[in-house]
Amino acid sequence: METSELLQLAIAGLKNGSIYALLALGFTIVYAATNVINFAQGEFYMLGGMFAVLAFTQFELPLLVSVPLAVLVVAGIGMLFETLAIRPRKDAEPMALIIITVGGSLVFASLARHAFGSDALPLPEFTAGPSFLFAGAAIERQTVWIWGIVLVTVAGLTFLYSKTRLGRAMRACMQNREAARLMGIDTARVVMISFGLAAALGAVAGVAVTPLTSTRFDIGAGIAVKGFAAAILGGLGSPLAAVAGGLLLGLIEQAVIPFSSALKDVVALGVLLAVLFLRPQGLFRRARREKM
Amino acid sequence: MLEVDAFVAGYGRIPVLHGVSLKAGAGQMITLVGANGAGKSTLLKAIAGVLPARSGRVILEGEDVTSVPVHRRVGKGVVLVPEGRMLFGAMSVDENLTLGAYLRTGGEARREAEAERERVFELFPILARRRTQPAGTLSGGEQQMLAVGRALMSDPKVLLLDEPSLGLAPKVISEIFAVLDRLREGGLTMVLVEQDARLALKHADYGYVMRTGSVALEGSSADLLANDDVRLIYLGAWHGRE
Repeated sequence: METSELLQLAIAGLKNGSIYALLALGFTIVYAATNVINFAQGEFYMLGGMFAVLAFTQFELPLLVSVPLAVLVVAGIGMLFETLAIRPRKDAEPMALIIITVGGSLVFASLARHAFGSDALPLPEFTAGPSFLFAGAAIERQTVWIWGIVLVTVAGLTFLYSKTRLGRAMRACMQNREAARLMGIDTARVVMISFGLAAALGAVAGVAVTPLTSTRFDIGAGIAVKGFAAAILGGLGSPLAAVAGGLLLGLIEQAVIPFSSALKDVVALGVLLAVLFLRPQGLFRRARREKM
Repeated sequence: MLEVDAFVAGYGRIPVLHGVSLKAGAGQMITLVGANGAGKSTLLKAIAGVLPARSGRVILEGEDVTSVPVHRRVGKGVVLVPEGRMLFGAMSVDENLTLGAYLRTGGEARREAEAERERVFELFPILARRRTQPAGTLSGGEQQMLAVGRALMSDPKVLLLDEPSLGLAPKVISEIFAVLDRLREGGLTMVLVEQDARLALKHADYGYVMRTGSVALEGSSADLLANDDVRLIYLGAWHGRE
């Protein structure tokens, strides 16, 4: 295989991986705050694309307004979901809450089907124009957008966690919720904000990728598996590890393609099982569990 | 300052406190002593709001705070130094202190909190030298100092201390209690739960002896230290006379 072909695969891997990274961040943030795996995470991705399409095509808003608007709306939905579905049962076993999120994901998908129909809905690229050429490989403009968005998101999250009062409260909750409460932190509010943030991250991923793939009511579950696999690969601990897990999963998928492109979608499940069997704490964490 | 009135509470269906009443005047240090399982820590948690009341009241400066949730009770000045310290182990000493001052926001309160931090470092100089170190890497004594310092950052009116001497060397214990004495001289109201009744009564003004979820005996520390039953049961008669 030629270098340019390899490069092309790597570019595709890093593009998909960036999307998985955003999903994995969502899983990680909710898990850190609640010990719950939120399987509705993929639906936020779907809804992000849907609301952007709605704002752009139905309400004819400019694309650069539609996109952030969709993210905000989905963040609100995430917080509403936590308030209505999770908080009333917050003292239940994590497993019961996980089942609630699975149910929530079905509800979101079927509501989306009623609201938006069952067709695939497109969105134009954020900036139109030909692909960039780099050492014989082509990079779509939208891919550059995706990378940029991931970089800005990670920088923003890093700032949030290390420099802000809210971020410090979130980290305190991750480490010891009872102690956080003794500091005067309203932990219920932190959990709600965590869901909102995770939903926003899912929506960002969904909006960024819709110009390339279009969106449909039933794409949430598939992407949730990939984001979950990436999050597990990263160890469900630190945000940076989640991003690394996402990028790695994207690259592994592309590495399989030359052998059999049909295998690509099995990779995430394979990685998921392999990590859970062989290294349940994730790739980047020492066996002793410590968060952040 | 603080009043607990006929407080009943428990875990699940099992009652632990059967109508406990106590009082701490402003600037007083009171102590709860008694055997393991007598309900001392439970009572302290109830005052902090960690454990809800079945009946009875907690009154702070004349205001009924019984139904105020933990995180808002902190804002009213009821601050717990929990058993086992509950530090944020992966965060630095400085960040732990900053979290203590979580509710002190806005220009003026912020500046006060920074002044408080300097005061904490003055009370526990070792913490100043460990500022950037993760709390989890501190020694047991340093961790207890940080737990007290972090609580002071919350600007307490009533400081609740749950077994601050637990697992510490005598030298460190006397260091920490010297600081508690200074805080009391500074006018801070404190409720101290201690396994070591002799130590507690030596530092406190007033003591409550708890037995199976109620107050069996109360009195000034001097009286309790002189009381024959207390000496025999809780201070260990074999320690001899003082």
